[in-house]
Amino acid sequence: MSNWTRFVETFLNTTVMRRYLPDILAGVAVTIELALLVVVTGIAAGLALALLRSLGIRPLNWLIVGVVDLFRSLPPLVVIVLIYFGLPSVDLSPSGFVSTWLSLALVLMAFAEEIFWAGITSVAKGQWEAARSTGLSFGQALVSVVLPQALRLTIPPLTNRTIAITKGTALGSVVAVTEILGQASSAMSNSYNPSPLMLGAAAYLVLFFPVVVAGRWVETRFAWKR
Amino acid sequence: MGGPIVEARGLHKHFGALHVLKGVDLRVAERELVFIIGPSGSGKSTLLRCLNRLEEPSSGSVVVDGIDMLDPRTDINHARQRIGMVFQSFNLYPHMTALGNVTLALRKVAGKSRATADALGRAALERVGLADRAGHTPGQLSGGQQQRVAIARAIALEPRVMLFDEPTSALDPELVGSVLAVMRSLRESGMTMIVVSHEMGFARNAADRVLFMDAGAIVEEGAPEAIFERPVHERTRAFISQIQRH
Repeated sequence: MSNWTRFVETFLNTTVMRRYLPDILAGVAVTIELALLVVVTGIAAGLALALLRSLGIRPLNWLIVGVVDLFRSLPPLVVIVLIYFGLPSVDLSPSGFVSTWLSLALVLMAFAEEIFWAGITSVAKGQWEAARSTGLSFGQALVSVVLPQALRLTIPPLTNRTIAITKGTALGSVVAVTEILGQASSAMSNSYNPSPLMLGAAAYLVLFFPVVVAGRWVETRFAWKR
Repeated sequence: MGGPIVEARGLHKHFGALHVLKGVDLRVAERELVFIIGPSGSGKSTLLRCLNRLEEPSSGSVVVDGIDMLDPRTDINHARQRIGMVFQSFNLYPHMTALGNVTLALRKVAGKSRATADALGRAALERVGLADRAGHTPGQLSGGQQQRVAIARAIALEPRVMLFDEPTSALDPELVGSVLAVMRSLRESGMTMIVVSHEMGFARNAADRVLFMDAGAIVEEGAPEAIFERPVHERTRAFISQIQRH
């Protein structure tokens, strides 16, 4: 048996792949569900925090910065483990799925808040002044003038961060979430063959490559002519 | 000319330890064009910005068109519709067209429908000679055109007073004329204007009164010829001779 055949036999074994494909596809569905939940709630919460912070209420801002810095420093896996194994001690027993969702959403929220905040503060002070001088309220100036400019600036870093954190759904395999990696690893143990892992890798590619490309498209689409 | 439309009394402004305005009194009559000159850091812009409360005065009073601007019960957003402001750096909204810039406050603050706002916005752009640029974004306009859109944005709300904060300082020399022409036509239409600027030629033939500010106080004021030809104070004389040398 040549090296190549041995490699194919081990990593690209079609018999094994065919057998475990349905499991991997079920994992894809879980990953998509988890990813969408994380992206929507994480970004929404991050934007909400950034808007709260723009009100300039000092004690509130300290709290926001504290929470944000906490979740930016903790590795997502640590947050998942803390929530999954820690919360039952206060009589809350979130499932692995919920623990992973919450953890990744909190981490994405923290990074998104910083990105949105950086976007808001990078809009020139003159934009606020022009808007307020025509009688727009703080909220109107924020929504109509500042945010549209801030959001454009935030799209590239936010896309990157979102992709990075969404890929963290694979960490859910640690707390028994049956997403792609979880399915692939159990298939690997059951078949004594790593081919399902290759299948999982392919699934991640199929899932995230379009997202990366879409991110690039959004970046060019929203850049405005200067 | 009626009574004062703008009346500021005893205005003080501190920025931390910095005392920027030291008890300024300013009365501007309706249809008057008042020019404010003075060295940089003399408090001209701060004075202007206190009038529409972009800057909060430390003490004193500001009444514009009968509205006490510093009264906490005053609806400041409503009051600001009556006070147009034009900035040195234009401050157009880069994500909107010229028409979008002009109509935003008409819709959001004055509560006009989109159709009405668009009609008023186009009329305002027409007044500054840019009706054909309504669909352009600021990035597609020259500095002079941007500043004229900024003027249109302010006059579309039909303010009673217009504040100009060095409106031509950021412009290339060949673009200054178009902005001054718009300001001149605005003046001819009877607009009350307070202008911080060093455009002496414009001051001479358009201003009713010139104020010279230095170190947070109004040092001297009078008709343009008087201030430019026969300044009384030493500091005014030094300043005038300095800017006329350029």
